[in-house]
Amino acid sequence: MSTTLSSPNLELLQEQENADNKVFGFWIYLMTDAIIFGTFFAVFVVLLKNTTHGHTPQSLFDLSNAFIETVALLTSSLTCGFAMLTLKQGRIKQTILLLILTFILGGIFLALEIKEFLSFIEIGATPQSSGFLSGFFSLVGLHGVHLSIGMIWMIVMMLQLATKGATLAVTTRLKLFSLFWHFLDIIWICIFSVVYLMGVSL
Amino acid sequence: MFGNLTIDSIPWNEPIPLAAFGVIILIVLAVLATITFTKRWGWLWTNWLTTTDHKKIGIIYIIVAIIMLIRGFADAIMMRTQLALASTGDQVGYLPPEHYDQIFSAHGVIMIFFMATPFIIGLMNIVVPLQVGKRDVAFPTLNAVSIWLTVAGAILINLSLGIGEFARTGWVAYAPLSEKLYSPSVGVDYYIWSLQVSGLGTTFAAINMFVTILRGRARGMKLFDMPLFTWSTLCTSVLIMAVFPILTATMILLALDRYLGFEIFTNTLGGGNQMMYVNLIWAWGHPEVYILILPAFGIYSEIVSTFSRKYLFGYKALVWAIIAILFMSLTVWLHHFFTMGAGVNVNAFFGITTMFIAIPTGVKVFNWLFTIYGGRVKMDVPMLWAIGFLILFVLGGMTGVMLAIPGVNYSVHNTEFVVAHFHNTIIPGVVFGVLAGYNFWFPKVFGFRLHKGWGYTTFWLWFIGFIVAFAPLYLAGFDGMPRRISQNVDLRYGPYLVVAWVGAVLIFFGIVAIIVQLFVSIAQRHKLQDVTGDPWDGRTLEWSIASPPPSYNFAVIPAVDEPDLFWKQKQEGTAYPENKQYQDIYMPKNTALGFVAGGVLAGLLSFTLVWSIWWLAIIFFGVAILLWIIDSFKDHEEICIPKEEVEKTDLAFLEKVKQFNMPQGGRE
Ligand code: HEM
Ligand SMILES: [Cu+2]
Repeated sequence: MSTTLSSPNLELLQEQENADNKVFGFWIYLMTDAIIFGTFFAVFVVLLKNTTHGHTPQSLFDLSNAFIETVALLTSSLTCGFAMLTLKQGRIKQTILLLILTFILGGIFLALEIKEFLSFIEIGATPQSSGFLSGFFSLVGLHGVHLSIGMIWMIVMMLQLATKGATLAVTTRLKLFSLFWHFLDIIWICIFSVVYLMGVSL
Repeated sequence: MFGNLTIDSIPWNEPIPLAAFGVIILIVLAVLATITFTKRWGWLWTNWLTTTDHKKIGIIYIIVAIIMLIRGFADAIMMRTQLALASTGDQVGYLPPEHYDQIFSAHGVIMIFFMATPFIIGLMNIVVPLQVGKRDVAFPTLNAVSIWLTVAGAILINLSLGIGEFARTGWVAYAPLSEKLYSPSVGVDYYIWSLQVSGLGTTFAAINMFVTILRGRARGMKLFDMPLFTWSTLCTSVLIMAVFPILTATMILLALDRYLGFEIFTNTLGGGNQMMYVNLIWAWGHPEVYILILPAFGIYSEIVSTFSRKYLFGYKALVWAIIAILFMSLTVWLHHFFTMGAGVNVNAFFGITTMFIAIPTGVKVFNWLFTIYGGRVKMDVPMLWAIGFLILFVLGGMTGVMLAIPGVNYSVHNTEFVVAHFHNTIIPGVVFGVLAGYNFWFPKVFGFRLHKGWGYTTFWLWFIGFIVAFAPLYLAGFDGMPRRISQNVDLRYGPYLVVAWVGAVLIFFGIVAIIVQLFVSIAQRHKLQDVTGDPWDGRTLEWSIASPPPSYNFAVIPAVDEPDLFWKQKQEGTAYPENKQYQDIYMPKNTALGFVAGGVLAGLLSFTLVWSIWWLAIIFFGVAILLWIIDSFKDHEEICIPKEEVEKTDLAFLEKVKQFNMPQGGRE
């Protein structure tokens, strides 16, 4: 709604600054989210031994499943990175394609995770059955919820790219999204090491 | 259909909460009716509900805080009355224990989350952009979301009065007492969701302040050129960002236990770990009290320097002391449960780290004293609050050091001594601080000062009231009176508790005086008008512009190279520069997102979660997300304020200043 446009540069400058602020602010937000995850990690570790003589990490965890999940998620981070690169070069079609790929890989991860949860519940390893499983389901579940939000976000971004093109607002939002996605990747690597690898080696 | 919510959820046979709730409903209806009859809905919507102006959002925060101060105090006076009765005559009083337990829990939660925190954040919102020379906070829309989340949380906790009940667990809701097994009703759920909603708002507010300060400062303003209130806001934001996520996580986990039967904080064999809850809640809870006191320290610094008409003694030392306290406050949480069996070495460690905090705090007290010493002190209401603080807070700090000695702690733990100690730091520290700030910055926001006489009256009522109300509790605590009891109180505590009741009545009149001061000031606003925008002969940037400031604050953003820039300019005769290069200004547009998604929908969502009305909860959640998505498709729009208009407004202001013929600097 710029009326006179006497100094369009000023408005552009301000928008650019706002966009930079958003990236910085979102980064800070991710740090607070990391503390939430940190708390969940601490809880998991404290409760790890509380197995009520029932299911233990060794008897439950299927490392190959977790490994495939890891590969899927790491690859999705890669495709997400490529999407950002093509966006920079203005190749929006490729960006959308790469985002679709990212979405599919994220979907594979989520499907595997849900399958794992269900298989646990089937044999009675429910979150209600022990402190260890409560910690497990809440930590891994928290990551899963984040990932699901990321999936919805991705759909929105693809729609915006398709309808609006690479405006400053859209590219900024995509930057935030990619930060989020890489962040979830890092969290997952921690989960893989602390929950699965450390769990079975105890 | 409606989850656990039935017509019997309303406490029909408990006259006291029912009547209180009825009164609240009547007041709300009266307000709504007034708005409707005066046809103010449109005005309310565009000017307040959808505003993104940091000053207006700050005002809303403070209105919420003052209303909640009244609500929290109503709880306090009920408790004092109960204890005065139960320790003198019939040993029973008028409140049944299960009701008393809700009252002290609600009082603690309301005072901390919905009185002190919003008051502080409101002042930050108003002052920080002005002090760093910015047109608004970094994320205006997020700011609107934050305030309405806070309001939603406040409304939710007050609903518990008439629909269901509140937690009986105390303000930190220790597990396993707060688990479903021991607290089967919705009380703890109200606790969880009101904290969750308002805590999210607080976290967003902190991120906003942090980015505003780090990336929005005026040209040339280095970190060590920032006024102390801005410094304390920066450090508080860091602290909020560091510990509120712990609270959020803890509440999620407690909710998982309660709603889905997880075994996280339970104390069953091989199940959860209740000590983990105690550790987590205090890992947040101790820094939380510093989140409240650091900004108050900032306020006192501004006031002491302004009214002593002198540079702060040891500006850098004050800043480093704040930073030191920020980090040290993260290392002391265990002092809240020395008696829970952590062992001698652990207790010794946390006792010592706690005592260390007294060092930077002492540094600050001496800096303020040395600032006053040798200054040309001009007494006014804000300064009086600051002096009252200096006198009383030192005492509260010393009893804190006493409590930090594990051996002493063992004997006074869980007694009224602890209650006296934390009120001694929180009332003269935080409450005096926000009231000082309220008197100090009120003219900046509204363009007229608050009435001085009523300001003094308020102070003396609070000051004396505080001493009378809490000094006896120190004694009762030494004599072993436990806290959180309501019946069969030993008769020998009777005299103490009656005196404490008298003190609370004095504070009651102190609160009445706040309201009277406000209305008297509004009535006399022409007499009390602040023409120049500089009613106190101020030192920092916010006093160099008009009161109230235009929506964009600064016509031209000044270059800054020291904290007391405006003061220096007045001394040198270079204040109010003319011939500025005016430019168009772009300001963010109003947005309904904060009010609708952050306020209405988040509020409804948390209410349905409290009562386990799942289908409605899903709908509200879905709609909120959908609104968010739709909003993101809209093009980002800004309002342009043409430079001619900016110039006209600014010249008119400069003209007024000139007419007032203000002698520059050191005016008496
Ligand atoms: C204005 C005057 C106030 C009075 C007369 C007052 C009175 C009381 C009383 C009687 C209790 C219960 C003590 C017990 O358990 O025996 C209490 C608890 C408490 N108060 Fe206040 N209070 C006041 C202001 C405040 C303020 C301003 C705050 C915080 C900002 C605050 C925070 C608390 C907290 C956190 C508790 C502990 C609640 C619990 O036991 O879980 N109070 N207060
Ligand atoms: Cu503490």
